[in-house]
Amino acid sequence: MSGADNVVWLGTPAFPEAARSALADTRLRTNLRRATGTIRDKRLAVAAELEDWEELRETAATIKSHTLRHLDHHLLRLEKAVTAAGGVVHWAADAAEANRIVTYLVQQTGEDEVVKVKSMATQEIGLNEALADAGIRAYETDLAELIVQLGGDRPSHILVPAIHRGRSEIREIFRREMGEWGRPAPENLTDEPRDLAEAARLHLREKFLRAKVAVSGANFAAADTGTIAVVESEGNGRMCLTLPETLITVMGIEKVLPSFADLDVFLQLLPRSSTGERMNPYTSLWTGVTEGDGPQNFHLVLLDNGRTATLSDEVGRQALACIRCSACLNVCPVYERTGGHAYGSVYPGPIGAVLTPQLVGIENAASLPFASTLCGACYDACPVKINIPEVLVHLRAEAVEAKRRGRLLPTTEGLAMKAAGAVLGSPRRLAAVQRLAAVGARLVARDGRIGALPGPFAVWSGTRDTPVPARESLRAWWRRTRTPTSEDARTAAEGKARR
Amino acid sequence: MRIALFITCFNDTMFPRTGRAVTELLERLGHTVEFPQGQTCCGQMHFNTGYRPETLPMVRRFAEVFAGYDAVVAPSGSCAGMVRDHHRVVAAQYGDAALAEAVEQVVPTVYELSELLVDVLGVTDVGAYFPHRVTYHPTCHSLRMLRVGDRPLRLLRAVKGIDLVELPDAESCCGFGGTFALKNADVSNAMLADKMRHVQDTRAEILSAGDNSCLTHIGGGLSRLRTGVGTMHLAEILAATEGDMR
Ligand code: SF4
Repeated sequence: MSGADNVVWLGTPAFPEAARSALADTRLRTNLRRATGTIRDKRLAVAAELEDWEELRETAATIKSHTLRHLDHHLLRLEKAVTAAGGVVHWAADAAEANRIVTYLVQQTGEDEVVKVKSMATQEIGLNEALADAGIRAYETDLAELIVQLGGDRPSHILVPAIHRGRSEIREIFRREMGEWGRPAPENLTDEPRDLAEAARLHLREKFLRAKVAVSGANFAAADTGTIAVVESEGNGRMCLTLPETLITVMGIEKVLPSFADLDVFLQLLPRSSTGERMNPYTSLWTGVTEGDGPQNFHLVLLDNGRTATLSDEVGRQALACIRCSACLNVCPVYERTGGHAYGSVYPGPIGAVLTPQLVGIENAASLPFASTLCGACYDACPVKINIPEVLVHLRAEAVEAKRRGRLLPTTEGLAMKAAGAVLGSPRRLAAVQRLAAVGARLVARDGRIGALPGPFAVWSGTRDTPVPARESLRAWWRRTRTPTSEDARTAAEGKARR
Repeated sequence: MRIALFITCFNDTMFPRTGRAVTELLERLGHTVEFPQGQTCCGQMHFNTGYRPETLPMVRRFAEVFAGYDAVVAPSGSCAGMVRDHHRVVAAQYGDAALAEAVEQVVPTVYELSELLVDVLGVTDVGAYFPHRVTYHPTCHSLRMLRVGDRPLRLLRAVKGIDLVELPDAESCCGFGGTFALKNADVSNAMLADKMRHVQDTRAEILSAGDNSCLTHIGGGLSRLRTGVGTMHLAEILAATEGDMR
């Protein structure tokens, strides 16, 4: 897959089917429930510590929406500041272009391997695969990302890409694969977290000390100073960002912030929302190149890849405010049960359901906006107040419209919705259907309950009984027992006139 | 107060007893309840499933039918939420200024039942009597769209004779989600299973909520498993009195 865009994984079934197989995996469900449950509780506790949490969210949302509205302006400011500080800025319209740029930059150094800081942007563009095609090996250095890479697996969470793996599985992967990639795992490796971490540390240390080129993403970039920020927990990022001679950062254009001072807000929100920590262990900030300190060549690749198209959607654009904290995944009752792979995208969970269809076009991810009950837990958790349910229903409308455009005959669902619309459009028709339903349902009911329903409703009635519609609807009861109001007389008259 | 009852199409057809309970309750509290016969549906199913053009006539009808009341009450958190949060979105999308104006007029008068009772009518003790073990599921839209908070629980706590027990993990979704239960039936079932387990853990006789759609979902599962746990809309518990223990 040379430079393949990884926003959606080709060949993955639509969400409902992919979810079905995920649900059947009991080990996956146990791993997920434990992991999301723990992070969820920690997040609530640390958010509650800050009295001004809600104001912080509000401020962050305002900064983001303001920045997005003037994105072109801030990106040019960023380019100027980074260039002035000794960095080189590149612009990439899509995944293929970004991959070409990074590959070229690595080739220019004469190296054939790079170390990587965990980054969603490079996942999104499929950079590792593109580099591999050019004979360059990319080593992931984040522990969870390493597990995914060694396991030949796909990420299932934006912060903890190996969240679907339990520790005994991790031990197996380390034992089997580490030797293929470098220093093998110790003979007597146990599945104790401490031992697993030590094995990863020894395996990675070799790579850090040898690497001449590093590739990273960015959490934030300050347009006034040209400073880039990477936030992490393990220190692997710090190694990559300081030891190599060349550093290449791939960053989505929406990550820019107007000023360095804005970090004040986001560095409070991000760790609390993502790992449930007051402060993350490592925050690396760098501004261009500093002589005698850290990488002496710095390249910043600014990635569009569907973002400007997203920006043009008034409702949908708020998804670009995302700081990839993953709080929405951890609180989502759907994600908790299906895990990330079912979404068929590097961006899973609620944010994936609103971002992925916008980045790749609704027709390429049409099932994702429907992968939600609209319960709203994500919106409550989101530190930048992205109204995910609002974007979901907005995209659902687009999905339906796209389907309508693409075909001559309406879908079964479309017909049903039209019929329902006609019934619900008139109290008279509704009353008639209510009478029919009350009679019809009694023919199939037993003990006042309906066991099996036909057609698309069979999936409902497989596990749920359905009550029988009332003999007398409320409107009929009211008509029978109460005197009509003047409004009713008016409605009745209008109804007659309309017929 | 002259209050219009928006029963919602689902309750009208399936649970008229909830509508009769709201009527009894509000009349007992000394208010006039009217049922505009022109009402049909808030349009939620169409809106949430992506059928915007089909939603428009329902938004229009709602604004017409419910104009001019002191208050409009809906015994459904999700339908009240639909009206409050989304009717103006539909009106704006179709650029109908007159409709947008009508929607702006009617929206502030629309309340979910617990909001009407606590905020508008200022009562928490409605004089109900219900000697049963009850647990309460705070449906997602009541909780996170309308932010009704603990209003329903305050109302329930004031009911005489009630044994109100807390539902574990109450705030997690039951998995209904309207057409979600059909489109993503497997995920919906997995969520339902957890919700039912929590309900059964409370050993309650009755599961109550402010939305019959969620109750139909959870109750349908509880019935299939022959758990013996019944479901009852909040309004029906609040309407029950010592005189009418059925
Ligand atoms: S959408 Fe919000 S909650 Fe979800 S990852 Fe992005 S910032 Fe975090």
